[in-house]
Amino acid sequence: MAGNWSRFNIVSLVLGFAFLYLPIVLLVIYSFNESRLVTVWAGFSTKWYVTLFSNRGLMDAAWVTARVAFLSATVATVLGTMAAIALTRYTRFRGRMLFSGMVFAPLVMPEVITGLSLLLLFVAINFDRGFLTVTLAHITFSMCFVAVVVQSRLVTFDQSLEEAALDLGATPLGAFFQVTLPVILPAVIAGWMLAFTLSLDDLVIASFTSGPGATTLPMKIYSQVRLGVTPEINAVCTILIGIVACGVIIASIITKRQEIQRQRDERAAARIIG
Amino acid sequence: MGRFLAALASRLVIVVPYLWLLVFFLAPFLIVFKISLSEPAIAMPPYQPVFDLAGGLAAFFAKLGNLSFSNYLWLADDPLYINAYLSSIWIAGVSTVITLAVGYPIAYGMARAPASIRPLLLMLVILPFWTSFLIRVYAWIGILKPEGLLNQFLLFLGVIDTPLVILNTTTAIHIGIVYSYLPFMVLPLYATLEKMDNSLIEAARDLGCPSLSAFWKITFPLSLPGVVAGCMLVFIPAVGEFVIPDLLGGSQTLMIGKTLWSEFFNNRDWPVSSAVAVILLLLLIVPIMLFQRSQARAREAGN
Repeated sequence: MAGNWSRFNIVSLVLGFAFLYLPIVLLVIYSFNESRLVTVWAGFSTKWYVTLFSNRGLMDAAWVTARVAFLSATVATVLGTMAAIALTRYTRFRGRMLFSGMVFAPLVMPEVITGLSLLLLFVAINFDRGFLTVTLAHITFSMCFVAVVVQSRLVTFDQSLEEAALDLGATPLGAFFQVTLPVILPAVIAGWMLAFTLSLDDLVIASFTSGPGATTLPMKIYSQVRLGVTPEINAVCTILIGIVACGVIIASIITKRQEIQRQRDERAAARIIG
Repeated sequence: MGRFLAALASRLVIVVPYLWLLVFFLAPFLIVFKISLSEPAIAMPPYQPVFDLAGGLAAFFAKLGNLSFSNYLWLADDPLYINAYLSSIWIAGVSTVITLAVGYPIAYGMARAPASIRPLLLMLVILPFWTSFLIRVYAWIGILKPEGLLNQFLLFLGVIDTPLVILNTTTAIHIGIVYSYLPFMVLPLYATLEKMDNSLIEAARDLGCPSLSAFWKITFPLSLPGVVAGCMLVFIPAVGEFVIPDLLGGSQTLMIGKTLWSEFFNNRDWPVSSAVAVILLLLLIVPIMLFQRSQARAREAGN
């Protein structure tokens, strides 16, 4: 709906983005504060970052979190992509209503409910809580986010491309891996990244499903935040924000390049066919 | 052989995620419901089992008589829980309205922006969403504290003489929810506004309709699907929110997600916390169904 971009529009965007970014910017600035008092500026210092790396508990938690996030994002991407294909390609199968309900409900389900219910499941089947249970829990809720992201790409995918590959003698699996997958790949990558950050961030579900020895970074941060705001926590947060921001920017550059390449390919293909 | 493999693959694409969600999403709810009907016990796990299939069907039916709704009666009896539910719905509702009021102008400004900078604006909205929820809520503690940055700033400007008490009040929870869920509101709104045909508004203007009334008569009604989706995406998780009321609301404010958490982790009363979860889910079923329907419609429109 491009129209005239009025002054009102610009002012609301500037204020909106200021609201979204100012708290994060302040947090980053105060992580470089010399003083232990977080809100009193006493000069630039990186000493909180130095103390951070000697904090054994924090480093262990970071390692657990990284492994959980990597593993759960990878499995969730496979499962979520399958679910997205099932929902877009197969419009009729028994229990489709229930299936789509189960895919969309976790997106809005309060985390306390998801966490509690998964914990009770693990207890009911006598599954020891720890690294594996957190990972399983994270796969379950993040696969639904992957499914939504991939599905939005699949609905715009021109299925005749895959049919053409089949007509030309490709096997259905070959057609999927050589034609469909490359086209939806940006969405699959975006889905993986989303799943990774969701797992990296999660406090509530991890607190319910984790056991001794599998304390994740958000759990660690939370237990320290409850005791008050400290510059070390600001420093941890700044590092996490930095990692995520870099990841998102790199991913968006990759997606953009692939998008341009894809459009070029499609135009070339259209010329040959047309 | 190839055909068999393909048929198998198409089966697996449905069956594998389906089974996964049945086991890890649906079955757990049934267990929550089951445990909400059992009596607490001082043991590990801390509840009396309701069903024990080891005893065969006869034992199963004998146990059916033991089911107790006492946990639910307990919830209905104690005004603490009822107040927690009501105040959660109230806080989430008010916050959703504020988020809509804040988010709409942003989405509108994005949709009217030149097409070349729209991807950048979209990215700017999504980026905070990728940043940890916990971190973003934590950032507000330093701002809202009595000796925090907001009060320092206002004192410096001379707007106030004594620091405002915002942290550990309902206002802080509202700020936290609006801030954390704003991208969830802006994205669906932007999606509907961006697709809107501008010529409709131009036609209204040509026919002499003032811009503000053209907005209320045309733009806003046409954006309703986005409004519904955005409001549901904010309201439903906000009702059960734990991190925001816990970190910003202090001990005074009552929200059901926090009640469930403390019932579970501090009192170790699993049956009561399960009952709390079941009631919360029942309260949210209608908004969740609304959300599902709006999603299904959006998908049909997309197809």
